[in-house]
Amino acid sequence: MKDFNQLCCEKCWHTTEKPCEHFIQCCTEGPLCHHDEKCKQEISSLRKRLKYEEHDKPIIMIGMGTCGLASGAAKVKEAIEAELKKLNLEAVIEGTGCIGYCAVEPIVDIKLPGKDRISYQEITVKDVPRFIKTTLVDNEIYKEKLLGSHGKSNGVVNLKQVPFFEHQHKIVLANCGVVNPDSIDAYLANGGFKAFDKVLRLMKQEDVIKEVLDSGLRGRGGGGFPTGKKWELALKQKSDQKYLICNADEGDPGAFMDRSLLESDPFRVLEGMAIAAYTIGASVAYIYCRAEYPLAIERLKNSIAKCEEYGILGDNILNTGYSLHIKIKKGAGAFVCGEETALIGSIEGKRGMPKPRPPYPSNAGLFGKPTVINNVETYANVPPVIMMGAQKFASIGTVKSKGTKVFALSGNVKNTGLVEVPMGTTLRDIVFKIGGGIPDKKEFKAVQIGGPSGGCLPDSVIDTPVDYDSLREVGAMMGSGGFVVMDEETCIVDVAKYFLTFIQEESCGKCVPCREGTKRMLEIIERIPKRYGTDGNKLDQLQRFKGMIHLQRLADVIKDTSLCGLGQSAPNPVLSGLRYFRHEYEEHLYDRKCSAGVCKELLTFTIDNELCTGCGICVKKCAAEAIVGEKGQAHYILDNKCIKCGMCYEVCRFKAININ
Amino acid sequence: MHSKIFESYQSNDRSSLIPLLQDVQNIYGYLPENALRDISDFVKVPLSRVYGVATFYNQFRLTPLGKNIIRVCRGTACHVKNSANILFALETELGITAGQTTRDKNFTLEVVNCIGACSIAPVILVNDDYHGRITVKDIPKILKKYQTVNKTETAEATK
Repeated sequence: MKDFNQLCCEKCWHTTEKPCEHFIQCCTEGPLCHHDEKCKQEISSLRKRLKYEEHDKPIIMIGMGTCGLASGAAKVKEAIEAELKKLNLEAVIEGTGCIGYCAVEPIVDIKLPGKDRISYQEITVKDVPRFIKTTLVDNEIYKEKLLGSHGKSNGVVNLKQVPFFEHQHKIVLANCGVVNPDSIDAYLANGGFKAFDKVLRLMKQEDVIKEVLDSGLRGRGGGGFPTGKKWELALKQKSDQKYLICNADEGDPGAFMDRSLLESDPFRVLEGMAIAAYTIGASVAYIYCRAEYPLAIERLKNSIAKCEEYGILGDNILNTGYSLHIKIKKGAGAFVCGEETALIGSIEGKRGMPKPRPPYPSNAGLFGKPTVINNVETYANVPPVIMMGAQKFASIGTVKSKGTKVFALSGNVKNTGLVEVPMGTTLRDIVFKIGGGIPDKKEFKAVQIGGPSGGCLPDSVIDTPVDYDSLREVGAMMGSGGFVVMDEETCIVDVAKYFLTFIQEESCGKCVPCREGTKRMLEIIERIPKRYGTDGNKLDQLQRFKGMIHLQRLADVIKDTSLCGLGQSAPNPVLSGLRYFRHEYEEHLYDRKCSAGVCKELLTFTIDNELCTGCGICVKKCAAEAIVGEKGQAHYILDNKCIKCGMCYEVCRFKAININ
Repeated sequence: MHSKIFESYQSNDRSSLIPLLQDVQNIYGYLPENALRDISDFVKVPLSRVYGVATFYNQFRLTPLGKNIIRVCRGTACHVKNSANILFALETELGITAGQTTRDKNFTLEVVNCIGACSIAPVILVNDDYHGRITVKDIPKILKKYQTVNKTETAEATK
């Protein structure tokens, strides 16, 4: 047998047109309708092959997510192929998704027949000849780039003991980077679609809702609305047509959980969607995915086609009479479309602008019909909830927040990547235990959590546990899961300016508080570091202080009166900054200093006469022609011409530029 | 050129407006006026509304693109890792500001909110190639790579 869709013998009659209701069970438990040792043997050996338990050729698995590809995984793959050809070796090369440890990509796994799967990190094209020779010819371990073993270790550290993985609890990401994301057979062999099968055959719609409610699963997109509740509302609506939408419009800058999940385990998301759609009685579902994620869209398309071929999606799913069609809608680049009513507008072909609620989408959503919208990660949590059972799922996490949460760990931290931790883990554990702390011996300053809707949390609250309510209490929010670590060289005023610029550009312009309010806020923040020449325009300076006085009030008004979540949470980066880093704002205002060295208008650039060799590279790069000097002689920066871009500092090879 | 696209869509269906615009932009690299008119006729939505949608979303552009598109990621992680400087360096190197195309139509410089490759910040995307963990010093080298490729291409074309 080549795949599960192939018939084991003539007694099996499963086809795409006339699917067998026991198909999924058959994949995991062997033929059920007839007893034949040969068929049983064949199915079980296919399963073992797909789980990499039984194979005769070595298997090489390369992490081919966006992060892997960006680190050169495609070139490494080519090099490996060429090397295999050169040495006349036979091996199977497979692309997998991302295992989460993006900092050490490209990750290459080697699985020799009868041995454990071993992961290697940071494999470059240069490594390939020696890497292949050591692992495939000499059958040894390539120690220089060893990451860990997937199995029981024979002198090799197990992956689960690697610090980055040790404190994680993988439920949603269990398959990511382990199972081939292009192969539905691999997903089936690893227990995929079992939950959907269980729901279809054994559970009523109300049972599913009870299970999801009992599990305490809350929306992972940021709001944290109980998922079961949402489904219950939609189920109660009487309508000829209901819709289900998967929100994969991950516009939050600094977050890439959804991308990684869709790239590395698209079938799990589809399974979660199928369960949800069956539960509320929807026959059409949409995935609204950002156009900036071409690989995720490609893999989703492939996955949907495969599911339809296998009779798991489409008409008359597994002969139950239930039909579900999943369509992909590409987003067109608007942050506000992450808001559910705006997203619905966008699918309908309108400008993506939010609408006042009620009516909620579960009453009147897409095309005026009852609609359920959930985030990618929420759907990915559904199959485990069904398989584990509500009680076991609810035993993970805190009192009010159950299960795990995936975070995109990035910024100034050693181990960047995708991490999944049980709710209740402290921020400190994520930054220092999993993230490995701050690189280059710098000091930790803050962690920005929740993207433009969240806030910067300093050292004093870093022992806050990760859950919806605790984070809200300290002035941030769960958000979709962006987790950006900042070190001492990050300026909080600059971060506030950055987020306000973002919000300002992305505000759809429908309601006044968000459109005008955020613009005024941005103006106030922009005025803080501004220099007004040497004569000092008194009026402008007055404006600066006046703005600061009104900032808090303006933020409160925007928060209370904006139409959608985007506006209501827009002031959060500023408010959390004022709450925890007031001294930094004051330093900017009164001392006219930016100790992080980021607000360039407050800096002065000088050249160290002794270090400068007069190479002239800074003169070439200076956009303002502010650097003068003869070749071979120390140069000089004209302060009145300097625009403080910092380019000379970046390009100087002799560290002769000083910033004060 | 774009009339073929309409075959795979249903007329009179507003929800296919955005996919249609995306497909047209895939062909031309931007949205020409006559294409917008045709789309408006096809989906039976007034041209003003089509224009409204086309200008609302960041993805759509109404002016032609250069040969190479440079997208600078300005996500939070990239910002913390100083992508503002990367953008500034690109702007000075190319002599244009973000959103513009160089006079020789070789490069278009764009800013994107986040391309989701935060772990290798700061990132720029040139056409479909990711360049991660770059510094200001790498920029001339990266630009040169695309300039030379184009020169050889045009040389071959003239032969």
